[in-house]
Amino acid sequence: MKAGSNLEKVLSAGKFAVTGELGPPRGADAEVIKEKAHHFKGIVDAINITDNQTAVVRMASWAASTLLIQEGLEPNYQMVCRDRNRIAMQSDILGASVMGIRNMLCLSGDHQIFGDHPKSKKVFDIDSIQLIGMVRKMRDEKTFLNGEALTKPPQMFIGAAENPFGEPYEFRVHRLAKKIEAGADFIQTQCIYNMDRFREWIRQANDMGLTEKVYILAGVTPMKALGMARYMQKNVPGMDVPDWVIKRLEGVEKKQQAAEGIAICCEQIEEFKAMKGVAGVHIMAIEWEHRMPEIVEKAKLLPRPMV
Amino acid sequence: MVIADIKPLEEIKGMLKGYERVLNVGCGGCVAVCLAGGQKEVDNVNTRLALSCKTESVILQIDGFTVERQCEVPFLAELDQMVKPYQALLSMACGAGIQFLAERYPDKPVFPAVNSTFVGVNRDIGWYEERCKCCGDCVLGITGGICPVTMCAKGLFNGPCGGPKDGHCEVSKDIPCAWVNIYDRLKGQGRLDTIHKIYAPREWQDQVQGSIVLEAYRDRYTKQS
Repeated sequence: MKAGSNLEKVLSAGKFAVTGELGPPRGADAEVIKEKAHHFKGIVDAINITDNQTAVVRMASWAASTLLIQEGLEPNYQMVCRDRNRIAMQSDILGASVMGIRNMLCLSGDHQIFGDHPKSKKVFDIDSIQLIGMVRKMRDEKTFLNGEALTKPPQMFIGAAENPFGEPYEFRVHRLAKKIEAGADFIQTQCIYNMDRFREWIRQANDMGLTEKVYILAGVTPMKALGMARYMQKNVPGMDVPDWVIKRLEGVEKKQQAAEGIAICCEQIEEFKAMKGVAGVHIMAIEWEHRMPEIVEKAKLLPRPMV
Repeated sequence: MVIADIKPLEEIKGMLKGYERVLNVGCGGCVAVCLAGGQKEVDNVNTRLALSCKTESVILQIDGFTVERQCEVPFLAELDQMVKPYQALLSMACGAGIQFLAERYPDKPVFPAVNSTFVGVNRDIGWYEERCKCCGDCVLGITGGICPVTMCAKGLFNGPCGGPKDGHCEVSKDIPCAWVNIYDRLKGQGRLDTIHKIYAPREWQDQVQGSIVLEAYRDRYTKQS
């Protein structure tokens, strides 16, 4: 065991893992976290706590992560490179570990131009791959990035993201390899809709032996409505929504669209369960936390393993 | 002007490893003035490269040519025929020039022979000092003509931190405190009121790639589409 998190235990036991996602509130409000958290109880193995996602200011992800621990749930603490330099990052990693956080997801972060402070100054002192390497170094070599010894290493199961749908497509699997080489223990992918491209990407990862070195959790986001699908197809960077998704949602009545979105998601999860190289699923039900129990049940992912 | 500094010879040699015929392209602009990448420096680097390769029995035919400016298309065009026989190009222009050269010849590997370091001034022969970060939102009008973005190590906008001593920045006694200098200059001009006001968090203009098309030329570049 590298960190001993529940997620690590589930994955290393060979069980199909399930993670969820929770966005902290735009205020000093613990109740929102607690309310959202109870929807996840007993249905996921860990919950990603986003770090100012889309560059919109929210409660610190480490703070929201500790609130989640108090609720008896396991966080996957997200950290982006946009807002902190290596000094702040290493400090936050030590702080997170001491508060009982055992998983972290290392990301570059959306550019601030997409957020609510578009003219803020970017940091990007190090990038996501360098961040992965830094956490691994702190954990395994017990040193800071500069090589100086630290007293007690942070215990972190190290995660990274990868987008099989970003250009150039041929390079994506090599970027995955770099993340593994840097020290990633698990990968959560961008939301998958284009199954053909995902199948090709995972085939390449299998062929290169990468799926034996890292646990890959396939990312899914159930479409709440036709409007959301159209918006994601046109306006969300790095998202690949094929026309068949739009057509399926068009084919049902408006009030049936949410159920259809969930049905599509569950069909994808069924395929992932049998797909070589896929170790679990990361369900990003954006501002739809209350539907998580239904989604997880319909996807036949219950009960969650006790490991 | 853009100030650059010639890379160590070993680093240049490392990049050129495996290429037997290389053209070193100099630039007659800023880098010539700061003695980093003009014709003289091209000759100097090529001589040192040739000598070093000869000593180590490495095959390298390195030639040199300096264009007026590598950041302008008409000057680069002079090279179109010339570059053909070369396997790779070395450039002694600033980072902008190097990229423009590489863009013009996308099939040729292009390597930098200099490090572009800053936009600065020629204090004296061989002595250059940084002055501008090209932040895109100039405050020199309220800071006595001294840039806090560049000259203050912390880039502060509302006066000095607690660190200056004897007029020096806390990071080094060789670096003057920008804000002590700003204060002194504005005091001398009777304009201290400009820095008594709070300067609000700024709207950073340099967070994505910059591009300017002058008003008078806008039609010319938008009509085509």
